[in-house]
Amino acid sequence: MSRPKLPRKSTNIDMTAMCDVAFLLLSFFILTTKFKAAEAITVTPPSSVAAKVAPEKDFVLLSIDKDGKVFLSMDDEQKKEFIATSLNNTKNLNLNVKAFVKAPFIGASFAQLAQFLAIPEDQRKGENMPGIPCKDSTNNEVTEWMTLIKSAYNGQKMELLLKGDNASKYPAFKNIVVAFKKNDLLKFQMVTNPESVPVGSELYKKSSSGEKRVE
Amino acid sequence: MAEMDTSSGGGHKKGPGVKKAKKASTRVDLTPMVDLGFLLITFFIFTTTMSQPTAMKLNLPKDTDKEEEQNKAKESGALTILLGKDNNVFYYEGILTTENASANFKSANFGSGDDGIRKVILRKKASTNEKDLVVVIKPSDECEYKNVIDILDEMSINVIKRYALVDISIVEVQLIKVTEAAAGGK
Repeated sequence: MSRPKLPRKSTNIDMTAMCDVAFLLLSFFILTTKFKAAEAITVTPPSSVAAKVAPEKDFVLLSIDKDGKVFLSMDDEQKKEFIATSLNNTKNLNLNVKAFVKAPFIGASFAQLAQFLAIPEDQRKGENMPGIPCKDSTNNEVTEWMTLIKSAYNGQKMELLLKGDNASKYPAFKNIVVAFKKNDLLKFQMVTNPESVPVGSELYKKSSSGEKRVE
Repeated sequence: MAEMDTSSGGGHKKGPGVKKAKKASTRVDLTPMVDLGFLLITFFIFTTTMSQPTAMKLNLPKDTDKEEEQNKAKESGALTILLGKDNNVFYYEGILTTENASANFKSANFGSGDDGIRKVILRKKASTNEKDLVVVIKPSDECEYKNVIDILDEMSINVIKRYALVDISIVEVQLIKVTEAAAGGK
């Protein structure tokens, strides 16, 4: 007796649907990826275990590049306009207020600022710019900038950020901290890259036991 | 989906002797295309770094000239960490005097080994009363910004509540120089 023959089924599967899904996912990922904007100032920050995400609104960012040059950038255009006009009034710098507001970063001394703003924006690269002088305590222009910024914000919420390069030397950092202190700006944050907490350390034990981290 | 109806629906009959053209299947094997699609997806996922910069908070103490407002640190609970150039770390406990400089002034590194600064901090933490413990960080002019962040990070890793960033003194700079020269001469 022979068994009834099973109808032979084809092993070919229609791949079209799967192909659609694959390419849909692919296009989704490509379109949603935000590309990092090319930064005019190249700074590689060190890493730390800090878990708090750096603020992206109302920030005042001071960057120190690897040669210790200091650059200032902020996002609030109204405040920038205020600063530019008050600089023009007090120091007679003849600044182009519009160019100042649109400038992604400031990297020159007060005396050279008008000249700095005259350079087309896409040619302003951090490495070619002199930076804000803060080398010693007698000519620390960062102090003046901070005074201006403080008066521009006038008690409103402001996130003071400091982003230093791995290879920059300590004195640059110290001079900026001195400038902050002189203006009674005692709270600031340092931008770092995230790093995992070393296994077995006290912080690791604490966070794994569910205790909340104190920032 | 990948097929198309190629049969000529209800076409006219061909006469005898006219051969029917062989019907070629329009079915395309899509497997390699799927492979390629997923390969690209995996590639993009792996090469994308989800790097969102984080921020570390630092509160500065207010500078005061008045003696009574200054924070006093107990000598027994103090650990001073000095940062030199080329990732060198030095430390001493309590107060550094000319007599105890040779025994008290030690060097360490950023590693996690036995002479790493983490072990030193943990030893100090275990041996002193928590209320008295204060870590004083003194970066020298030659150390890098990275070292400062690393040591501040070390404070949060080891859960040190009281620490201070203080300017280095000339004596300490000299000591670092001497120690570094001796280590280099070895």
